[in-house]
Amino acid sequence: MSTRHFRIWRGDDDGGELTDYDIEVNEGEVVLDIIHRLQATEAPDLAVRWNCKAGKCGSCSAEINGKPRLLCMTRMSTFDENETVTVTPIRNFPIVRDLVADVSYNYEKARAMPAFAPPSDLAPGEYRMQQVDVERSQEFRKCIECFLCQNVCHVTRDHEENKEAFAGPRLFIRAAELDMHPLDTKPDRKEFAQAEQGLGYCNITKCCTDVCPEHIKITDNGIIPMKERVVDRKYDPLVWLGRKIFRRDQLDG
Amino acid sequence: MTSTSAPPGRPRAAIAERTLRTDRWWLAPLATFVGLSAWVVYATVRVFMQSDYWVAEYGYLTPFYSPCVSVGCVPEASHFGQILPDNPLIPYAAFSLPFLLIFRLTCYYYRRAYYRSFWLSPPACAVPDGHKSYTGETRFPLIFQNAHRWTFYLAAVIVVINTWDAILAMFGPNGFQLGLGNLILWANVILLWCYTAGCHSCRHIMGGRLKHFSKHPVRYRAWSMVSTLNARHMQYAWYTLASLAIADFYVMALAAGWFSDLRFIN
Amino acid sequence: MSQIERHSFDVLVIGAGGAGLRAAIESRTAGQKTAIISKSLFGKAHTVMAEGGAAAAMGNVNSGDNWQVHFRDTMRGGKFLNHYRMAELHAKEAPDRIWELETYGALFDRTKDGKISQRNFGGHEYPRLAHVGDRTGLEMIRTLQQQIVSLQQEDKRNAGAYESKLKIFHETTIVELLVDDGRIAGAFGYIRETGKFVLFEAPAVILATGGVGKSFKVTSNSWEYTGDGHALALRAGASLVNMEFVQFHPTGMVWPPSVKGILVTESVRGDGGVLTNSEGKRFMFDYVPDVFKDQYATTEAEGDRWYTDPDNNKRPPELLPRDEVARAINAEVKAGRGSPHGGVFLDVSSRMKAEEIVKRLPSMHHQFKELADVDITAEPMEVGPTCHYVMGGIEVDPDTQESKVTGLFAAGEVSGGMHGSNRLGGNSLSDLLVFGKRAGEHAATYVASLDARPKPREADVTALTEYAEGLLVDTFTEETENPYTLQQDLQEVMNDLVGIIRRAGELEEALTKLSELGKRVDKVKATGGFAYNPGWHLAIDLRNMITVSECIAKAALERNESRGGHTREDRPAMDPQWRKVNLVCTLGESGIVLKRQPLPTMPTALMSLFDRSELSKYLTEAELDEFDKAVTATDEDGETS
Repeated sequence: MSTRHFRIWRGDDDGGELTDYDIEVNEGEVVLDIIHRLQATEAPDLAVRWNCKAGKCGSCSAEINGKPRLLCMTRMSTFDENETVTVTPIRNFPIVRDLVADVSYNYEKARAMPAFAPPSDLAPGEYRMQQVDVERSQEFRKCIECFLCQNVCHVTRDHEENKEAFAGPRLFIRAAELDMHPLDTKPDRKEFAQAEQGLGYCNITKCCTDVCPEHIKITDNGIIPMKERVVDRKYDPLVWLGRKIFRRDQLDG
Repeated sequence: MTSTSAPPGRPRAAIAERTLRTDRWWLAPLATFVGLSAWVVYATVRVFMQSDYWVAEYGYLTPFYSPCVSVGCVPEASHFGQILPDNPLIPYAAFSLPFLLIFRLTCYYYRRAYYRSFWLSPPACAVPDGHKSYTGETRFPLIFQNAHRWTFYLAAVIVVINTWDAILAMFGPNGFQLGLGNLILWANVILLWCYTAGCHSCRHIMGGRLKHFSKHPVRYRAWSMVSTLNARHMQYAWYTLASLAIADFYVMALAAGWFSDLRFIN
Repeated sequence: MSQIERHSFDVLVIGAGGAGLRAAIESRTAGQKTAIISKSLFGKAHTVMAEGGAAAAMGNVNSGDNWQVHFRDTMRGGKFLNHYRMAELHAKEAPDRIWELETYGALFDRTKDGKISQRNFGGHEYPRLAHVGDRTGLEMIRTLQQQIVSLQQEDKRNAGAYESKLKIFHETTIVELLVDDGRIAGAFGYIRETGKFVLFEAPAVILATGGVGKSFKVTSNSWEYTGDGHALALRAGASLVNMEFVQFHPTGMVWPPSVKGILVTESVRGDGGVLTNSEGKRFMFDYVPDVFKDQYATTEAEGDRWYTDPDNNKRPPELLPRDEVARAINAEVKAGRGSPHGGVFLDVSSRMKAEEIVKRLPSMHHQFKELADVDITAEPMEVGPTCHYVMGGIEVDPDTQESKVTGLFAAGEVSGGMHGSNRLGGNSLSDLLVFGKRAGEHAATYVASLDARPKPREADVTALTEYAEGLLVDTFTEETENPYTLQQDLQEVMNDLVGIIRRAGELEEALTKLSELGKRVDKVKATGGFAYNPGWHLAIDLRNMITVSECIAKAALERNESRGGHTREDRPAMDPQWRKVNLVCTLGESGIVLKRQPLPTMPTALMSLFDRSELSKYLTEAELDEFDKAVTATDEDGETS
């Protein structure tokens, strides 16, 4: 047990500041434990969003020493004994209070994303899919929607005006997931990603992948394959030639 | 959050510090900047030197001059004919170098590297972008990053040529021959293959574009192999920069007579 | 506080986990204007924590499986205290509910022939759990969430607005249900972000609020699990059944202290993991109770053979129902054969290849690595029991899920009866879907049948506003109680005195302490403002936690036998007389009222699915005679026709 120094952002949409606290820390604890201890002692109204405390629900996203992290998965042992730990809300979204941000942007973008289009000729129970065919989409379905990727992405983080046109990494892997779903029947997901989601804004600087607590390869397995699929449709000379000669598109294969 | 639409213009948390990162986040972009700049300077100097690119004794041709298609080339080094005029501003390998340059410029890894280290957009994660506005790769000129696929096709052809160079250098007038230079050329060629075949476009062409892997087992295997290389694309991008420079430097040193090749056979 | 926000809906679903979302999908599909109240953000509900899978007798892996076998397993797991009709409906309808998820876009792991793969689990005779690695709950909640979005998109196309038929209220908590003359009229709550009060007028309410685990110190449950639905229903006039049965999952993490209680999925054992004590012994072989003697292996060799040849061998006792395993672990630790941090060892590293472990149990691998510095592919885990699930809940009609209060429905963990005295792993996710759908369907039917709608009373709304506002003060004084301290005290009482092993004396002590805590809860206050103030939220939740805890303790004291999730050290045996009895909790003038109620009688056709020798372990002599007569009668009928 030892006492550690913390700076925690307290405030709301009228402003706020980093507030200093000295708090007891025990062996094996994570940052969220410290926030809870603070609530039970000095700061009972300290607002924080959390649920499972096991890295499975993606609620407790925040920035710790400037890095987007889950509070429940950041162990105190990763900091030096006398290191100040600074905790702030995720910055890319409007503030609600203290460590809680308004993440409705992500839900709006999700709602604009066309849903799974089931095959019309199969009844429930008749779906047959091979494991190798579902695995790529399954990787993206590991997403716990912590929105750390959405938070860190500089396209909107540093350029608020892009929020309108840009859906963000979370929604790009949703697009990839559906485009790679073996039984999804919607043919124009690539076009949608390019035209409506703003896939072209991504300059693949990979911060989304760096912060993903589920270690989803957002850029390499999701965004870049989607960009390549767009290239298939729009820019590739050989694919164009192949389509002319064989009169079919292997994308449907 | 009762309704899912936020009131417009709602402010973010008023945090004064532009970044609160306490680690040395600037180190990686700085290292990339220095590394890439140094390589570009070296390569530019070498490409326009138009000398010390061919070791006649052992048939070593530096990759910076392959294929050597200028009238100015040493005839023995021109494995693919001499087409271009000899001019100090036209590199001897002008048919390959521009494409290799564009291949690497549009490579998904290098894009990440130079957007971060040269363009500061962003310099590091959760560190503010160095620019006021940002449109990504949605318009001219960056929309041409989508041409990466084309340059991949060309780059693959050029690696075949480099491989051919490496094979030719194994056979001299006395038959099979082997020296340290051959090993260096081969190491370079193998790394080039790892880099080129591990390209994201290649991964996509091999199988990534399919919806059902199970219906295309061969392409699925190919995709899996490319995926393994692709996972180390960044490493191969740097290894090949190093191997290209080393191979070139080694050939230059031999050609200039700074030291002699270590020979194993013939 | 000023203005109260007002909304009007046909069906109000309280709770946004699996049951709530499935219910909302059904009621919206039936044409009713539906609202979902989510205590957290949409998609964060506790269902995401479910790991192993959803049990449904699809027979994809072993074609011997069918609904009768599933029904039998469920009844056995619940020690025959389940409401037979719910267990029957559940076993019959679960496959359809799972297949339906695929049409919403779910991607389960597959068998070689492309069907949904199914895995083994404790108490299930055949591989039965549809799963996605060990994150099945996440897949389910995301699928349902995305189906809701899909319906909203349809509404946008047809009616012009996403929320015209189906609206989600994020981070909104219901404080009280409003009743008009014995019929549901609406609900009153607050919006977390602003602290603003909100009144929902709705003739039908579906409670899908989950469980009560947060009243215990060591639990796998999140902060939301404060028994809201249970308490809301009680105060609205409904009854709770089987509240003495609380499931302690045998394998929770025990170290480091801050993660104590976090779940370690049963799939670890289903896929081959074994439990050992400090002497390296697979102790579960010593703990197979009589009722299960015929179904479990007696040697390690046979148990191990079962994984590859289940038809000719019996399953290892690590896969006994959860209550048995939890008690066994508890006993080993008590006997001094525990691990260094007070659990036992769960080892999968010596049973499977490292890459196989990472593939089949990815989130367990991740969880231990990140939180405990343990690499489960190389070393054993330390595990111990953790409070996981409450079998008890709102007493409902098995077909319609309607409670004793007209217009009040319940589905999922908050409802009672389905699982009897102990729930089998995997039966929860399928329960959510089967009864979520039924609740949604029947709530919609009920609303459609109404001529006039009940109206919330303004006086109630005013009183509730005053109550909630009154909990906020400027500063704590000597007269006020801190909600966080109270919660800790409550958790300790429940954990220590109403925990996994119970004794009459301790339960009496618990009741005394709970009544003291109840008085302290009356003085609980919070400081700060209305906007996103967790202290204030906890102060409101505490009332529910105390009420429900009292039900649990009272019922636990009354049932002086041991059965399933209720273990009385002073009454260690199962008593067939008690099998005929349900304990039912209601709220009277002066607090919790507990009464005995006979269990519904299982029809002979269902009873005949069991061997007489097995029935004789659970039923009284008189019941067995009845059964014999009934069987003879049907046989004779059969001969004459």
